[in-house]
Amino acid sequence: MDQVKEDKEQKNASKKKDEIVISINGLKKSFGTKDVLKDITLDLKRGENVVILGRSGTGKSVTIQCIVGLLKPDGGSLTVFGEEVAEMGEKELKELRMKVGFLFQSGALYDSMTVRENLEFPLTRVLKITDQAEIDKRVEEGLDAVGLLDAIDKLPSDLSGGMRKRAGLARTIVINPEIILYDEPTTGLDPITSREISELILKIQKQNQTSSIIITHDMECARIASDRVLIMDDGKYIAEGSFEELHKSKNKAVAAYFTDIL
Amino acid sequence: MAEEIVLPGWKKWLEGIGDQVGFFFRFFRNVFTGGFEWSEFVRQCYEIGYRSIMLVGITSFIMGIVLILQLRPTLVAFGAASMLPKTLSVSFVREIGPVIIAIICAGKIASSIGAELGSMKVTEQLDAMEVSGANPVQYLVVTRIIATTVMVPLLSVLGDAIGLFGGFLALNIRDSMSFNLYFTKVIGSLDFTDFLPALVKTIFFGFAIGFVGCYKGFNSNKGTESVGIAANSAVVTASLWIFVIDAIAVQITSLLFYN
Repeated sequence: MDQVKEDKEQKNASKKKDEIVISINGLKKSFGTKDVLKDITLDLKRGENVVILGRSGTGKSVTIQCIVGLLKPDGGSLTVFGEEVAEMGEKELKELRMKVGFLFQSGALYDSMTVRENLEFPLTRVLKITDQAEIDKRVEEGLDAVGLLDAIDKLPSDLSGGMRKRAGLARTIVINPEIILYDEPTTGLDPITSREISELILKIQKQNQTSSIIITHDMECARIASDRVLIMDDGKYIAEGSFEELHKSKNKAVAAYFTDIL
Repeated sequence: MAEEIVLPGWKKWLEGIGDQVGFFFRFFRNVFTGGFEWSEFVRQCYEIGYRSIMLVGITSFIMGIVLILQLRPTLVAFGAASMLPKTLSVSFVREIGPVIIAIICAGKIASSIGAELGSMKVTEQLDAMEVSGANPVQYLVVTRIIATTVMVPLLSVLGDAIGLFGGFLALNIRDSMSFNLYFTKVIGSLDFTDFLPALVKTIFFGFAIGFVGCYKGFNSNKGTESVGIAANSAVVTASLWIFVIDAIAVQITSLLFYN
């Protein structure tokens, strides 16, 4: 009897792992006469970390902004948890955003609030938690996860670049999102802090079973945090595979990204 | 990254008007739906109201002194020096006080709101608020517009009182008039048709200051230069609106009370 139960659980776990949480098909987006996204197709599985590499201005950030409904695509299909984002009303979009965390390049901390207040903001305004003990517990857990508990009462202006990114990450994970979108999480940081942030991304994926899309130019971050890498050029994907597979690629456009990697 | 479509001037102007109307309805929809951010509203009242008291007070005090010193020679020439308190109170309470104080508030408050929200836009804080599922209009815009709508009339009443007190001191530089007599003359020359329309128009001034500041900041472009442009444009537009509202208010008041 126990064996049957175990088999069933294993089957469910494997089914859940194969579940597609984000499905993008033929996504198009233009600004004026410039076609930024020409034909983007991507499936993100539950618990998977996908890294998108590409030159500046190729539409990487535009893709993840479309996922959270900050930008409206001009064509193609984009579903998150099976729901078409472009067809969502305000209420559905709000519900979606409670499940999708977004880490901005700058951290985007609210600079008139302390780190504690920054983390409390989504808990009280979005999750509508009113129990102060519960709020304090979640804030402390979030900051502890990124090693920033000491800075709880500091203002963003008192934090270094790396600390601001960590605080931004803590604010993103405090609502326990199922998907996290990282927009250049290590840009502007020294190599040691970059590595720490990349390892933190991996830790969050393992601990919280989150699925992530990571936009980066940092190959070390891609190596540490990715399950799969996509290379984007001129509004389309030109290569896809694991970091090691792409590292060995003979394609010149792909190999150009790995020239500094031993 | 984005290549902008260059619109002809009139189309751009119409688009701007449409945006402002949309922002106006977005504000009202958020006033009546969802929870009101009381703590942020109180913080804004403190920032907008309390922190402007000194500036409004000093300006009004000087205006009161200057007006008495300017009016005195003319009224003395006509043998009407005793009319000084009445002339000052009517002109100050009806027109000069509300308009000058609103212009000062436009310079201080609209620019600060425009710059604050503009810099939040540049540093992606507005986007962060939006993608977190929180409502930036409810938290940032509704609170600021209501705070200016409440605080500008209060500042205006305070400024009127300080200006009239300044007038009393100026009057006693050359002449001698007791405080009791001066204020009896001041209060006696005012009735609700002087006070009420002036108070009502300051409510609209306050709304315009908050609305323009929020609109300019919220819709600024992404770039550090845009923060300065948003602040500057907020002051200019809010000041213009104050004069437009004043002109309309004077017409309505004349039709209702003085004809």
